[in-house]
Formats: sequence, structure tokens, C-alpha cells
Amino acid sequence: MAEAPLLAVEGLTVAMGGTPVLEDVSFSIAPGETLGLVGESGCGKSVTALSAMRLLPHPPARVLGGRILFEGEDMLALDDARLRAIRGNRIGMIFQEPMTSLNPVFTIGDQIAESLVVHRGASGAAALGEAARLLDLVGIPAARGQLGRYPHELSGGQRQRVMIAIALACRPRLLVADEPTTALDVTVQAQILDLVGRLRREMGMAVLLITHDLGVVAETCDRVAVMYAGRIVEEAPASRIFAVPRHRYTQALLRTMPAANPPGRRLPSIAGTVPPPGARGAGCAFAPRCAAALPRCAGELPPIAGAPHRVGCWNPAEAA
Amino acid sequence: MSPLLEVRDLHVRYEARGGTIRAVDGVGFSLARGEVLGVVGESGCGKSTLGRAILRLVEPAAGTIVFDGEDITRLDRRGMVARRRDMQVVFQDPFGALNPRHRVGEIVGEPLVVHRVGDRASRAARVAELLELVGLPPDAARRHPHEFSGGQRQRIAIARALALEPRLLVADEPVSALDVSIQSQVINLLSDLRARLGLSMVFISHDLSVVRHVSDRIAVMYLGRIVEIGAAAEVFDAPAHPYARALLSAVPHVDPSRRRDRILLQGEMPDPAHPPGGCAFRTRCPAAEPRCAASAPALAARRIAGAPPREAACHLLEAA
Repeated sequence: MAEAPLLAVEGLTVAMGGTPVLEDVSFSIAPGETLGLVGESGCGKSVTALSAMRLLPHPPARVLGGRILFEGEDMLALDDARLRAIRGNRIGMIFQEPMTSLNPVFTIGDQIAESLVVHRGASGAAALGEAARLLDLVGIPAARGQLGRYPHELSGGQRQRVMIAIALACRPRLLVADEPTTALDVTVQAQILDLVGRLRREMGMAVLLITHDLGVVAETCDRVAVMYAGRIVEEAPASRIFAVPRHRYTQALLRTMPAANPPGRRLPSIAGTVPPPGARGAGCAFAPRCAAALPRCAGELPPIAGAPHRVGCWNPAEAA
Repeated sequence: MSPLLEVRDLHVRYEARGGTIRAVDGVGFSLARGEVLGVVGESGCGKSTLGRAILRLVEPAAGTIVFDGEDITRLDRRGMVARRRDMQVVFQDPFGALNPRHRVGEIVGEPLVVHRVGDRASRAARVAELLELVGLPPDAARRHPHEFSGGQRQRIAIARALALEPRLLVADEPVSALDVSIQSQVINLLSDLRARLGLSMVFISHDLSVVRHVSDRIAVMYLGRIVEIGAAAEVFDAPAHPYARALLSAVPHVDPSRRRDRILLQGEMPDPAHPPGGCAFRTRCPAAEPRCAASAPALAARRIAGAPPREAACHLLEAA
């Protein structure tokens, strides 16, 4: 990578109440780049984002090892004041359910203006003027008149737009988006993804997109990291990973999708279920469900290697 | 052969604070024996209400539902309870639908008790048969719902729905809460059951690729009405109604060759208590003309360039 990464997560290991939920997770995001973090429920993708932002409650969560470098600073070593200066300012965040992230007793204008007052020292009036501009930017028209509305008066799509306006208020270098469109209808999802893409290009912002939706990732991300049972198992440019997946889990996951199969035909499935944290064994956590497992897979952890296509598998699919 | 189910001019209304919501506003379709009709549309389009109204789990305000030649809207409560032996439903949330205090055997066998089918021994045998049918181990009968994963709980709900050998299954988002790898197992199960038992299905989902995979025909709903209905391949590959076109274009795909030029809709679905007059889609329709405000277009066969006529409700498509 020519440029220094904006965010570099190195060997991140996190435990919840003593059980490891995230193990040796490493990835980086260059300025302006979009990285997709994908996987099924419980794979650790949200924990990765929350711990990178230091938003995990501890206890029960504890970082056992690793570094999280944002613009060269180790997020894990920062005091609370410095952390607050970065979060919501240099790093913006949006989550799946905007209703629980918005404060129900404040108007949306006040909530957007707040971060400008806190982080940029803007005056109340200037901040509200900027809030109106931001609402317009995220596609809530007649923005001045909307500033006095409360979250419950808005639709789900509008609330997510407000969350994006708040996240973008300070023109962050990185946007962390955790399932930002999962609760939305598909036509509204298309609007929101279009909006994020447009703002990203205009502002040169990097995005860490966390989702279970492989289609969304394929259409919006530059690079993709696939997680399984607390580890990254494969990482590659989006165009490569979907065309020639090498990890057997990624391959199986893509094959099970209805869209990848002729209508009505029996879908390939992955036998068994994801092992819960604490029962993941010493080797590859996917080995018990893997059709291509070798004897060594259960006992020996495969290292993740290769560039730009990284894969952690003893018996990967052909690179084709 | 006469259709198994025929719905004519069905209306369901809810009284809400903002006024009367016409959740289902004049819907008609028929379902052949052994056929799967997929119903798609976004939140608030009325697809779930339609599914419940077919079984009279919500009471229609007007219209008729003919099941196997009998007008079931005329049945009294007792007659309807007896009729539901043939008409069962599976919902999205498999946990909310299962009583956590009961053992799986009691849950699956409950319809047999309610409808006084067989004696204790024959019911136990039937439960064992049903568990095997949906791919659960025999000892599942003695366990409680919380001991099962989401996918297994959905199998339990399906086993219960099949206990009385229904001829119609209304499946309302049956795989939406499940991870991709588990989703494919449940979709396969439903396909197997359809083939083995000759089940007819109304399959309701917001997930268009799942609906495409399982359905013979597809109905697209918008604000309480069917705007287009036809053979799954035809509707999916070449949607005719402007809303159906926008909806299908919004689906993100992993496979670049499946992506279509995205039609971004403006705004969101109007307040269902105050839908626009004329065609309800006209406020967001990229092709709307003045005549679209004058009257609501009927769902009728219309000409499509290079394809057989399609049933669609749009003034811009010429009647066939």
C-alpha cells in the first residue's frame, strides 16, 4: 500500500466474560477506501467495529491483545478526552437501528448541531445553519423546516438519513457503518447506499461497512474481509473475492445464495452450525462443516497469508 | 381443475389515529393446486395483512375468499376453525411463535389435540413422523424451544403447521430471520415438502431473490394493491409496472452480470392512511402523467414489448 493506512487493526483479540470472541483480527483501510466486513450472526464483525471505536462495555468485554491505529494513534492507549475528540469528529458512526441511536427528546436539528458545537466550537446559530445544510445534503428537503422535528415523527429511512447527517457533520475521515441499511426497505436501501457513495466520493471519506448482505458489499466495497467464528478467514479486492473465492467458507456461503442458483433447484447448504465462542477448537473453526477439510485442519490453525488476496485455509480453492 | 384458492376484491381496513388505513385495498388472485405464489413488496404494502386475511386471522372488510370451492368468508367461527385444518401459517419469528414452556413434542402435536385427531399413542407417532419430515432428531420432542437454533426453531414451526396435513401454507417471511447458510436449508425443506405433500403456498417476503427461487408466480404489491402479477421468470426478468421495475432494480447482486441500471425512487411510501388519489404510485413514479392522478388503473392484461401480455395496474401500459 503506497499510502499510510487511515485505520490499521493489528492482531486484535477480544474476550467477553473470559471467552474469546475475536481472535487475532488484522486489517487496514486506506484513506478514501471502502472495506466491507461480512459474515453471519455471531462471527464478530460488529464486535470488531465496536472495539475499534472503543465502544464495547468493559466489563464484560476485554481487549486481550493487539493495536488499533487511527491516523497513527493507538486508540487503545488514548484517554477519554482524546477519544471523544476523535469519535464523532474524525470518525463518524452509523448503526442499524437509528431509533435507538437518536435521542427521542431532542429535535433532530439540535442533535446534528450538537456535534458541531462540541467538536468544532461552533455557535448555536451557526451550527443550526450547518445542520440545515447537512439535512439537505442527505436528502431531507425543506431542511430548515425539518430541524424542529423529533425522531418519532420521521420514517425509518429519514431517521437513517439524520444519523448520516450527524455522522458526517464534522466531515470525518472514516465512517463506520454497522448494518446501516438492514432495517430498511430495498428501494430505500438503494437511496441510502447511493447517498453514502456520493458523499464518500465528494469528501474523500473512507468507509468500514459491516453487513451480512453479500450483494450490498459486492456493489459498494473496494475490498472485502470475510469473518467466521471470530476470525478473518479471507480478504481480497471485492471483484476478486466474489469471482474466485478461495476460502472454503466464503465459497460455500456464495454457493448457498438463491441468486447463485437456477430457480427451483435444490440449494447447496453448509452442514452443521457455527460453533459458539469457547467451543471453536484449536484448528480452523470451519473444519467440522467443511467439505474439503484435511486431517490437519481440525488441529492446526491455518495462517492467513497472501497479497492482495489473503486466505487462511490449509486447502484453499484454486486461484483460477 | 378449479383453483385451490380464489381471492376476489379483498379489502382489509384498520382504524388508526391518522384515519382509516386500507391495508388491503381490492386484491384478487387465484392459486392453483400445488402452486407457489410469491408476494413481494416493501413495509406497509399490505402483504402480511393479505396473508393473515386469507386465513381470516384478520377479518376482511369486504371481498370473498373461496377455498377449495367453498366461500370461507361466510363461515362462522366454528366452521372456520374446522377449515383451518387445511390452511396453515408459518411466521418470520420462530421463537415468538413457540411457547417456551412447552416441549417441542407438545408444540408440534398441539393442532392434533385441538382438532381431536387420534389418541395419545397415535399422536406421539405422528409427532415423531413430523420431526423426521422436517429433519429434526427424534429426541427433539422432549426438549424445549430455547435448546434449538433459529433454523431448527423454524423447522419446529413448520412441523406444527404440517401436523394436520394442510393443503395451503401461508409462509410469511419464513427465512428472513435466518443466516444465509441456514436460509438455504429451510428453503430446501419447503421445496421438499411441496414436492412430497403437494402443498400450495403463498410465500410472502421482502427478499426478492428468495421469492424468485421458490415461486411459480409473483405478485408485486404497493400500498394495499397488486400492481403486477405473472409468471416468476417473466415478472423477475422483465417487470412491466414502473414500481416493480424500480423494486427489482434496487436489489444488490453479487454477480455483476445480474445488475440492472438502478432506478432510484424519490421519497418514501406515502402515509397509508392518506394515499394519493388515482394511481397510488404516481407521487414517486418516474413516468407519471397527468392522467395517473385522474383514476386508479385496474389490474388487467396489458401489452408488453416482445413478451406475452402481463397483468399490471398502470395507465402507461396499453390494455391487451
